[in-house]
Amino acid sequence: MTDDAALGESRRGLAVGALGIAVSAGGFGFVYGLAARDAGFSPVEAMAMSMFVFAGAAQFAAVGYVASGLAWPGVILLTALLNARHLLYSAALAPWLRDTPRPRRALMAHLLTDEAFALSIAHFERLGRADQRGYWIAAIGSTFIPWNLATLAGVTVGAQIPDPTRLGLDVVFPAAMMGLAVGLVTGRREVVAALGGAILGVAVSLVGGWGVGVVVGGLAGPLMGMAVPRAASPPVLPPDSEEGLP
Amino acid sequence: MSVELVGLALLMGLVTYPSRALPMLAPGLERLPAPALEYLRLVGPAVLAALAIVSVSVVEDPSGAQIFHVGIEWAAIALCGALTAWRRNLFVGLVGAVILVAVAREAGIAGIPI
Repeated sequence: MTDDAALGESRRGLAVGALGIAVSAGGFGFVYGLAARDAGFSPVEAMAMSMFVFAGAAQFAAVGYVASGLAWPGVILLTALLNARHLLYSAALAPWLRDTPRPRRALMAHLLTDEAFALSIAHFERLGRADQRGYWIAAIGSTFIPWNLATLAGVTVGAQIPDPTRLGLDVVFPAAMMGLAVGLVTGRREVVAALGGAILGVAVSLVGGWGVGVVVGGLAGPLMGMAVPRAASPPVLPPDSEEGLP
Repeated sequence: MSVELVGLALLMGLVTYPSRALPMLAPGLERLPAPALEYLRLVGPAVLAALAIVSVSVVEDPSGAQIFHVGIEWAAIALCGALTAWRRNLFVGLVGAVILVAVAREAGIAGIPI
């Protein structure tokens, strides 16, 4: 197969995957817009989150934090913690993008999400090389555009929905967090980290408040997970990271 | 229209960007110590699960005290987790959770948390 043919075939596969992600990002973004509106965000504020933060879990978390009155430093600390996993994605993509001009890499970095990473790394591996246009399809086409359009729709059209709680929309945030957590579980270490973080988070929240509990759970859960012996089959990790793990 | 939270969005973006960009822009940093990588890998599940469970388990009573709460929300997040794992689609999980809660409340089986 010629290089052009392989590129075309891989991009077709990428486009199919991107379409599914776009539908999911659109739905999720709409619900985020509704949740943000319900928490008192203006359309400009909700859109600023989607443009500048562009990280669904952190944005949903921020809605909860703001609604519960958590101070900004706490929100910022938790955002940094919640988004720290992007280090792994960025490290895995770095060797593929070594020849890409630095300013372009700087822009690519802002658009790096769980979805963009998953789609683009699979595309690069199929090709055996990087494909910048493929990255833009994965990052912008599948997620950035649907996420932002859906946020705008949710935060504006959401005003027509009289009682979001009656419709069960108050459960969207915790359900989204659970769904995202499940998506990151690949072995028993993650299960223990998740359970440990959740149990400790609840216990501390009952004494010290919601925000403190989540921070303590989020910091201590990984330590509990690391105390568990690794399963026989190693977790699925980005190639470069896998080499460095114990 | 309020723009106060735009500043918070900018700060959240500022603390997020380094984790997205540093290894990509400074390749030497892509090789963190193994325990640090493993810790970071586990931060996601721990923080997200804590957020999910605390959100549905800890509510504030009228006196301002934090109290333990069990309700339909527990079933909803469990359903979302199960559907997401099964269909590998978060949106399906979210729809399932919302429908469960909406139907339960409409039918009078479940109330609305404090």
